[in-house]
Amino acid sequence: MKKIYFDHNATTPVDPEVLDAMLPFLKEEFGNPSSIHWAGRNSRKAIEEGRDKVCRLLNCANLELIFTSSGTEGDNHAIKGVAYAKKEKGNHIITTKVEHPAVLNTCKHLAKDGFETTYLDVDSDGMIDLEVLKAAITPKTILISIMYANNETGVILPIKEIGDIAKARDVTFHTDAVQAAGKIPLDAQKLNVDLLTISGHKLYGPKGTGALFAKRGVRLVPLIHGGHHDRNRRGGTENVAGIAGLGKAAEIAMRDMEKESAQLSTLRNRIEKGLAEKIPHIKVNGHADKRLPNTANISFEFVEGESLLLNLDMKGIAASSGSACTSGSLEPSHVLLAMGLTHEMSHGSVRFSLGKSNTAGDVEYLIEIMPAIVERMRSMSPLYAGAK
Amino acid sequence: MYSEKVMDHFSNPRNVGEVENASGVGTVGNPACGDIMKLSIKVENDVIQDVKFKTFGCGAAIATSSMVTELVKGKTLDEAERISNATVAEALDGLPPVKMHCSNLAADALHAAIEDFKKKAGK
Repeated sequence: MKKIYFDHNATTPVDPEVLDAMLPFLKEEFGNPSSIHWAGRNSRKAIEEGRDKVCRLLNCANLELIFTSSGTEGDNHAIKGVAYAKKEKGNHIITTKVEHPAVLNTCKHLAKDGFETTYLDVDSDGMIDLEVLKAAITPKTILISIMYANNETGVILPIKEIGDIAKARDVTFHTDAVQAAGKIPLDAQKLNVDLLTISGHKLYGPKGTGALFAKRGVRLVPLIHGGHHDRNRRGGTENVAGIAGLGKAAEIAMRDMEKESAQLSTLRNRIEKGLAEKIPHIKVNGHADKRLPNTANISFEFVEGESLLLNLDMKGIAASSGSACTSGSLEPSHVLLAMGLTHEMSHGSVRFSLGKSNTAGDVEYLIEIMPAIVERMRSMSPLYAGAK
Repeated sequence: MYSEKVMDHFSNPRNVGEVENASGVGTVGNPACGDIMKLSIKVENDVIQDVKFKTFGCGAAIATSSMVTELVKGKTLDEAERISNATVAEALDGLPPVKMHCSNLAADALHAAIEDFKKKAGK
């Protein structure tokens, strides 16, 4: 059976060029980068080359980058790091209702230490209201953390405008750019951010890698105390192979982003149009234009997302859903609920996230098989009978 | 994550639809938790002659609905009342732990349908 992968927002395969860049450091080049002898020197060089490449993607200085083990670590480090460093100044954090759990649950955890978080609403397009953001800032506000692009819908938030507001009010600004990295330009200077998180495995790099940009002058309490690594900001011997891979992935992203983005948005638009033509009662979720080029989030009314995913899987197609059953929680997607979708429509959503390997043929195959799947599940649904 | 039996019932669900002139109908679940099951039964001489279901929900919700219709067809009301959600899950060779509570409602729908029948029949 043909296998088609439409779940690139979950993870991406490691690019063969990335693997080649990593392999020497899993084989002969084993040295500890902190060692001064011959064995350590090549490892140190690999880290600094990886750093250069990631910094070019983010347009930042070498001193401004901290390597991490994941996007989740980067988010934790940024939020906890600023909160604890600035706790004398205030205890108020502003974020949104549609963030990744790495941000939401970190803010929730900080409540135990006396920090208060405002979770901003989004409209039906998944956008925040900048006037509401401005009004939410108090003299106690120390941090704003708002994602660059949403993982479920691909909606791109106005990061530069938020950065301007944060700067004018002297509030530190962090953005979780895990889904944006490799898909849209990520210029930390232009975006006006103080902190920015990326993850390696979302841009064809290895799992277990990531980086946090922390602008010069931003005070951060370390998450992991230890040696002098990354200027005392993150203890632990560096993941040399991982960093070499992350650097290569960043280099490839810079090289291919523009071309890829155009291809993916063509395929994505074809999925949305093709399915809408053949299947009644569906809704594309998220802002029509301010969206990642690769992401389609579609609600199929009267049916539940997981049952659609199982059917797609039986036909060789890997996709995902924010719905209850896939994530193992009882709640439907918090992102779609925040956008005002009903519980039924939130449960009935499927996310198709495209990537390098996808072809026009893949997309046509999906459009060909999907109507029968939806019709079969609808014919079993008590909600559909009621609506006819 | 699902057993072969669950996938079998999900792929080829038994007794989908609504019984005509049903003796009793039971609906359980709600949109918030993502599962709604509607079960209709035809009862003659205290025996369930026919049973059909319609379900909005995940793979486990559909498989348990299908399984309960198989388990209960031809059974007396007394026998049917003894079928529990656990019986249904067991007949499917188990469900993933997270599904045991959210999507394992088929026996509840059956019991609701039997109750509806008894109320209508004045029993």
